[in-house]
Parts: sequence; C-alpha cells; structure tokens
Amino acid sequence: MCHIEINGRVAKAKVGETLLEVLRREGVSVPTLCNVEGLNPTGACRMCVVEVEGRGNLVPSCAFPVSDGMKIRTHSAKAVQARKTIVELLLSSHPDDCNYCARNGNCELQNLAAELGVRQRRYLGKHKKMKVDVANPSLVRDPEKCILCGRCVRVCEEIQNVGAIDFIGRGSDSTVGTAFNEGLNVSSCINCGQCSLVCPTGALVEKRSIEDVMTALADPKKYVVVQHAPSVSVTLAEEFGVRPGTDIDPQMVAALRRLGFDRVFDTSFSADLTIMEEATELVTRLTGGGVLPMMTSCSPGWIKFVEQYYPNMIPNLSTCKSPQQMLGAIIKSFFAKREGLNPKDIVSVSIMPCTAKKFEAGRSEMIVDDVPDVDFVLTTRELAQLIKMHGIDIENLPGETADNPFGERSSAGKLFGGSGGVMEAAIRTAYFMVTGEEMDDLKIPALRTSKGRKEAKMKVGELELGVAVVSGLANARKLLDEIVEEQRTDIHFIEVMTCPGGCVSGGGQPINLSSETVKARQKVLYKLDQQEVLRTSHQNPAVARLYKEFLGKPNGEKPHRLLHTTYVERTNVLK
Amino acid sequence: MTTEAKVTAILARYTDAKRDALIPILQEVQEACGYLSKEAVIQIGAYLNLPTSKIYGVATFYNQFRFQPVGDYHIQVCRGTACHVKGSSGVFDRFSRDLGISDGETSKDGKFSLEVVSCIGACGLAPVIAVNGEFHAKLVDDDATRIVKTYKKEAAKKGEQK
Repeated sequence: MCHIEINGRVAKAKVGETLLEVLRREGVSVPTLCNVEGLNPTGACRMCVVEVEGRGNLVPSCAFPVSDGMKIRTHSAKAVQARKTIVELLLSSHPDDCNYCARNGNCELQNLAAELGVRQRRYLGKHKKMKVDVANPSLVRDPEKCILCGRCVRVCEEIQNVGAIDFIGRGSDSTVGTAFNEGLNVSSCINCGQCSLVCPTGALVEKRSIEDVMTALADPKKYVVVQHAPSVSVTLAEEFGVRPGTDIDPQMVAALRRLGFDRVFDTSFSADLTIMEEATELVTRLTGGGVLPMMTSCSPGWIKFVEQYYPNMIPNLSTCKSPQQMLGAIIKSFFAKREGLNPKDIVSVSIMPCTAKKFEAGRSEMIVDDVPDVDFVLTTRELAQLIKMHGIDIENLPGETADNPFGERSSAGKLFGGSGGVMEAAIRTAYFMVTGEEMDDLKIPALRTSKGRKEAKMKVGELELGVAVVSGLANARKLLDEIVEEQRTDIHFIEVMTCPGGCVSGGGQPINLSSETVKARQKVLYKLDQQEVLRTSHQNPAVARLYKEFLGKPNGEKPHRLLHTTYVERTNVLK
Repeated sequence: MTTEAKVTAILARYTDAKRDALIPILQEVQEACGYLSKEAVIQIGAYLNLPTSKIYGVATFYNQFRFQPVGDYHIQVCRGTACHVKGSSGVFDRFSRDLGISDGETSKDGKFSLEVVSCIGACGLAPVIAVNGEFHAKLVDDDATRIVKTYKKEAAKKGEQK
C-alpha cells in the first residue's frame, strides 16, 4: 500500500497498479481510447496522459505504475491541451461524414471532440481512400474510419484467439486489416462482433438488415413474424438511456407489434425446445456410448471456430440447431401449415444479441428448398434504431405478452441469455429425464460466477456428470486443448458461448464496455429465474403441445429433419 | 520443387520454432520462392501456430518482403535522399502510371515489377534506377516512359524468338 496525491487530494494505492486504475477508483475521469478493461495496456493512443510532478513529459496513466509519494495532476492545462491536440490530429485524417455514420451520436471520437471543445480544424491531414469491406455477412469494415487504437485486434486475438485482423503495413500507411487485405468473409473471422463492441468509431459495425425488414413489413403480401432472443429484453432499455440491468420484455413485445409484425414469438420458447432435444441427445450419448464430451451448438461463432480449428471435434458438437434456427424451422413448417400460409410468403425475422446469427441464418444447412429458416436477423442495436425511427415511446408503452403458440417460455429458456444458462437449463431437464424427478434445488451456484471458465460435478441418478462452462473462445481453446492433451474424461458436457459472459455481452448488444454492465444484465436473468413459477423446459406446456401435435418424440424422425443440423470442416479460410 | 515442398524443407530446419523465428523463416522462404505466396504464409502460420493476419502484418512492416513474384524486368527506383531531392518521386509515379502497378506489385502479364528501394549507393547519378541490376542515371520523368517502351520492345522480341 502507498499514498499518492491526485489533484491535491491524497489517495491510497497499491504498488504496481496503474495510475488509471487508481484514478477510476477515486472517481477521477480521464479519457481513454486504446484501453480495454481486462486486457494489458498498450499506451498507444496517449489520450489518458497526466502530469506527474518532477517529470518533464506527460505519462500515459493506463500504462504507468504508481509509486509512493507520486503527485499527479490529471487536468492541468498541459494535459488537457495534449489530449485535445491528439483528438485534433486523429480528426485531421478522419472522414467528415458523422451524419452518415452508424455510430453518429455514440462515437468515442465524436464525444471526445465535444468534451475537449474542438471547434476548429487546425490540422488538415492526407485523406486516404480505402475500400469498405462489405463481403462479410455479419460485419462491415470501413478502414477510413479506423483510428488505429488496436482494440479490435486485441479482442480478436486475446479474448477470442482468432486473430482475423491485425495491424498491416507501417507508419502512416498502417491499417487494421486481414491477411493479404482480403475480405473478412474469407478471413478466419467467426462473425462474433466483439470488435464492433470495442471499436470507438464506425470502422467496425454490424451489417444492417433494417431496410430489408422495413420493406417486408410494408409489403401486404408478406406475413412477417418476429422472434426475440432471451437476452435482448434485458439490454434493449440501455439504448433508451435506462440503466443496465432492466428487463423490458412486455414493452418490447408491445413495440414489436406496433412496428407491424404479424406475430411476436419468443426465442426462449425454442430455447426450451432446444433443451428437450439437447438433453435427450446428452442422455443418449451418456448411456449409449456416444461421443463425449458433448459440446453445445447454440453459439454460431463457436461453431465456425470448431469447424476451422478443431474439425476433429465436430462429432462432439451437439447436432441441435440453435434456438433461432429451431424456431425458424418450426415457423416455416408447422406454423405455416397451421395458419394455411405458403412458407415462401412468410418473412421470418429474429432479434438477436449477436452478429454471428446473421451468418448462421445464411448457412446453407439452414436453407431448405430455397426457404431459409430465418430470413433476416436484427441485432439489439438495430431493433433500437427501428423503434426510434418509428417514434415508439417504448418506456411508456403498456406491456404485452408474446403470441401463441411460441410465446410461452420457462425461465430455463430465458437463462440461455448468459454464460452457464444453457448448462443449468439442460441439467434441469436431463436430471428429470434420467431420474423422473425434479432437482431439489434448480440453482447451480458453481455455474453462476462471472468467471470465463466454470466446472461442476454432480450426480444425476446413477450417473456421475462432469460439466464445464466457458465463454470467450480463448477460454474454449484452452479447455479443448486440455481435454485433448490430458485426455480428460471427467467432463461430459461443455457449454460454450462465444462472447465473454455469454449473449448478454454479445456483439450485437448496446455498446457499453464496462464489466459491471454485463454483470447487471446477467443478474436480471437470474432474478427472472428466481421469480418464475415455470422453471424447467420439460414443464413448458407449449413445448409439450408441439411435440404432441407435430414433432413426435425428442430426437425422433421429424425433430431430426427439422431441428438438427450438420457441420463442415472449413479449410478455405485464411486462418 | 513446389512451393509447399520448398517451405517444408525450410521449416524442417526450425524444429520447435516459436514466433521469434518468424522473420528468418520469411526471409528464407522469400529467398527460395522469390516472394511470399498465400500458400507459403498459411503453411508457415500452421507451423508456428500464428494467424496469417499476424504474419502478413509483420511481413508488411518490412520493405524487404514481397507478395507477388518479381517480373521479367524488375525495376528498382531509388528513393534515397539525393534521388528524392532530384525528383525520384516523379520518376516513380511515371513508372507506376505507365505500368499500372505500384510499389511491390507485378504487372498482370508478369513482365514488369516495381520496387522502391532506399539508397543504392549511386548518389552522383541521382535520380537513379536499376532494371535487373542495370543502372539508368540522371532520369527525368519522360525517361521512365522511354525505358518502359524499350523493355517492352525487348520483351516482345524475346517472345517472338521463343
């Protein structure tokens, strides 16, 4: 422990921690650009510079360790001026198209320019023309807007262990790009969109489907249905200035109806359906000598990751489609028939926390006879935009409930929205399938921590079940390598979510970088589970009805045709 | 020998290599293959457990690496201080315009490649260029056009003889 002086006030600090950490704790706000919580500092952008008494030059607080007796001034004229100059220099080569930018109003560079009072163009840099990369189904990359902070590069490499992008070239010619400057579509990009969450500007944004959806909604010949993922209702409010950790499911459903969707369904319903299929598959594998450990298949970024890097483990992946695709398939088959609709006249839209879902919906396995399970995927951010565009005052809407027959859900299905949720939901149902009884306590505390990797052992009837939950693909890679190298056989079931923390921090969610936000979002899901009466997927009456009227038995012939899928080894990507 | 075989032979000499062996490997591969092809970079990446984007990033940081084979006529334009002062950027631009290629690139027919080099030690002849090692001194922009024409003719003649 040591003491330092910040702007004349004494503060306690631990030796070895960075100045920025102390400043944040003390409530002193210093702007940052290249800094990402949880990753090593690079000190690249110099936005966080402060004055340290006795030193001639300014120091970057993100990368500068504290020492006893240090006296710092965070907002001296010199420091503020330096920050302002940095922003002015960044702006000097930045395209002046804020009004046309996806991040207009939510751009860190724009905010900094406003905060620091940049009112005049003092520097005129060379403006380089670069091509916008639109080839990827999930993300659009506009290198002209890139300020080279490197956050996307580090997240892609350190959190996801993918490394689809890196710094290319040198000096003033540097760009963030892919190998051989190819499109992201042929790179190893897994479409997770974590880069779009950390990008301070509009250089990496989701590929919009808003216009497609609006066209469909305006077409009287089309029957437009929408489903919304479990995590969307607990994050959407943030886009309207409500603090993180607020569930607005009823208002969101009402808003979707006002947007003109003919039916509003809940993906949490098909999460319950997924659990019926997946738990059955797990029990079959466990008792029938199938390939173990079984790995979940809900997260499309993770699926592409396995297809690229661990093709030998494709047999370990559950063959279940994700909840999005399951509901899509049921809508275009069972629902279409029931309502007397031609599947080709149905436009199936899903609201997802995820950019990779856009990729998933376009996978060839998900399109049968030219009819895709899901036609368009909107991220949470896009839905917010759509709601704002249509002047819907979502906060003051009277709440409504989702439509039958796919509106009823258990809280197990809702838990899919966060890391550990699929596992808890699956165990609840697998336990019932094996023992014929419900678990005494449905909550599994070991799986509810905010760690990137969690493991638990439990007894399910006679079976000794070992489970692991990971989020963030660097964690997944470590676990897979361990299983292969150490030949671990004590783990039977693995839940993997691509994004750290799960869908609540998915690449399509409202842009808010703090880990506290992610925790708050997750907490609501647990609260909803706590308050719910219907807490297991197998007790969901709507799911039971669907099996009775249409699907038959879990893992039966019809479910296999509609609700299960196959995977391919991907050799044609630049990995 | 195929690219793959050449790269395999080079990598065989780097047992247990880690990422710090990347640059020497890239140098050897370029020496053996003339340039760094996509296939070679993928193979090196798989061996060192590095993403191709990282390798491409490192390789583009240095002027010495190229990603296309050199042309039959490899034009090196000196951009050392003396040549720069004497107007070598104009000469380079003219080559670039006439050939339709930029620094580090090779024309589609494989005949010409263009490269900017730092001082080649002939400051007295500035601005100077070398074509397959043959020097052309004290150039003005129009000389570039003339030189391209001369070599195009020569290339055509060679083609006829074949």
